[in-house]
Amino acid sequence: MSKKFFEKLEKKAKWVRKETLKIHGILPETRLASSLSDVEIFTSLFYGKILKFNTKNWLWEKRDRFIVSKPHGAISLYPILFDIGFISKEEFKKIGKASSFLGGIPDGRIPTFEITCGALGHGLGVGCGMALALKKKGLKSKVFVLMGDGELQAGIVWEAIMFAGHHKLNNLILIIDNNKISMLDYVKNTINLEPLEKKFNVFQWETERIDGHNIKELYYTLKKLKQSKSNHPKVLIADTIKGKGVPELENDPLCHIKSFKKEEVDEIIKKYYE
Amino acid sequence: MNNNLKTMRDVFIETLYERMKKNKSIYFVSADLGAPALDKLRQDFKNRFLNVGIAEQNLINVSAGLALEGFIVYSYGIAPFITMRGYEPIRQILSITSQIRPLNVNLIGIGTGLSYNMSGPSHHCLEDLSIMKLLPNFIVFSPSDWKLVEKFVDFSILNKMPKYLRFDSKPLPNIYDQITDAVLKRGFYELKKGKKTCLVSTGFMTHRALSIAEKINGLGLIDIFILKPIDEKLLFQHLKKYKYIITLEEGFINNGGLDSLILRIINENKSNIHLKSLGFKDKHIFNLGEREHLHKINKLGEADIIKIIKSCR
Repeated sequence: MSKKFFEKLEKKAKWVRKETLKIHGILPETRLASSLSDVEIFTSLFYGKILKFNTKNWLWEKRDRFIVSKPHGAISLYPILFDIGFISKEEFKKIGKASSFLGGIPDGRIPTFEITCGALGHGLGVGCGMALALKKKGLKSKVFVLMGDGELQAGIVWEAIMFAGHHKLNNLILIIDNNKISMLDYVKNTINLEPLEKKFNVFQWETERIDGHNIKELYYTLKKLKQSKSNHPKVLIADTIKGKGVPELENDPLCHIKSFKKEEVDEIIKKYYE
Repeated sequence: MNNNLKTMRDVFIETLYERMKKNKSIYFVSADLGAPALDKLRQDFKNRFLNVGIAEQNLINVSAGLALEGFIVYSYGIAPFITMRGYEPIRQILSITSQIRPLNVNLIGIGTGLSYNMSGPSHHCLEDLSIMKLLPNFIVFSPSDWKLVEKFVDFSILNKMPKYLRFDSKPLPNIYDQITDAVLKRGFYELKKGKKTCLVSTGFMTHRALSIAEKINGLGLIDIFILKPIDEKLLFQHLKKYKYIITLEEGFINNGGLDSLILRIINENKSNIHLKSLGFKDKHIFNLGEREHLHKINKLGEADIIKIIKSCR
């Protein structure tokens, strides 16, 4: 792809961060830091057209399925869904109002959200069922699942990891937003997950690991995984920074629950995004 | 009634097997649990049978994924494990998501109540009615005999909501001869008309109730087989003829099960029917032995129940 293509995506990512901050200013309950580590992942998937989708009919049978297993960290998807036409301008403007369906934790009423998650660890298992179903139906669509690294502490996730490897679900692509911090501490201090690739490898997964803020790397690696002919399910470990783009949040082990007042948000936008 | 003993699971699976021949959308998923009838199904429908292993949580989520893609899914496991190990994904994915998108997932729990009478409290299932009835969008089926089970197969294929099917594990005789669609849908049947006192039972306990009703003149008996949704108006029309209602369930009482359902209907209708609930009281059961024995030592034997009925004057 051209340099211009990636420049455009970089610009989009910056805009998404700014809009995400604005939403946080209106809805302080939103998990800002969690929604900033996966901005480039969302940008590559949607603007980079890694995902096959149809804004006129989001349940189009030939779409790629995308499950967000960490919806609290997907507020940054709102501006993207508005920008590409899944959410109307009226709905987007209504965020924060009682009549809006865009809340602190995105749910299955929102186009592209296949299911309603919230309790963590469920996305991958449902993704396994969908991947299996797509194979049975002879559809070429892929199933993408976005999960936080902290979710890997849940046993249910490993039931699904074992299942996908055993059943050779090669149409399943898991993206781990590896921002290394859960609610209370660094993940490594709670239950160390490393070496992650090794763990996935022994369960028969194909692994890739990249800088999750490098759009070019994200784009090419996701493309490669999508086109891979191997028999294995795929995982992309995207090393990210929780709170990326807001130095007041970045790598603070308690940034998950940090929230800013409207005035503070305006200040941050002025400082870094204007 | 006759002595045609059958297990609910075998009747259900055999009937489903026939439907699977024509309906290519039916998928059967087990959490490593079998049944004599299942051997044939998994042999002949290798492509639509899946064993997820001892992983009830994943059973629920994989089933949900299949159902979201249009499959009609039967998810099969031991009753206490599929409901209670699986409860969080059941709530998060099946109950919540099915309010937005159709999800035809049929959870089949085998061994409700004290079916596993020699296995102790881990395998007893005295909580499922309360906790499954609690979940929005769920249909809760608690059959007393295999005729109802057979009838429920086509209903389960057509109705796209998530369901919980609780099956006794022991071979039991049939109670019904023929069940119409209308009767199945309303969720209950008055097996015997009475005068002053009526037993209201579900599942295995309907067999106990039937045996008692045959011995006591004027005692009514209503079998509840779909606890949710149930035609409450029509049920109350039946209940209101009685002065005393005695609920009978092989589950914990006063905690959201059958008795709670009946009590609520009575209250909502501002009726002064007296309700007595019979079942198990807030203690796990470590005793082993025949079901009759386990019931007796918990004051649920036939003689105990008859005594209570006779005190209703």
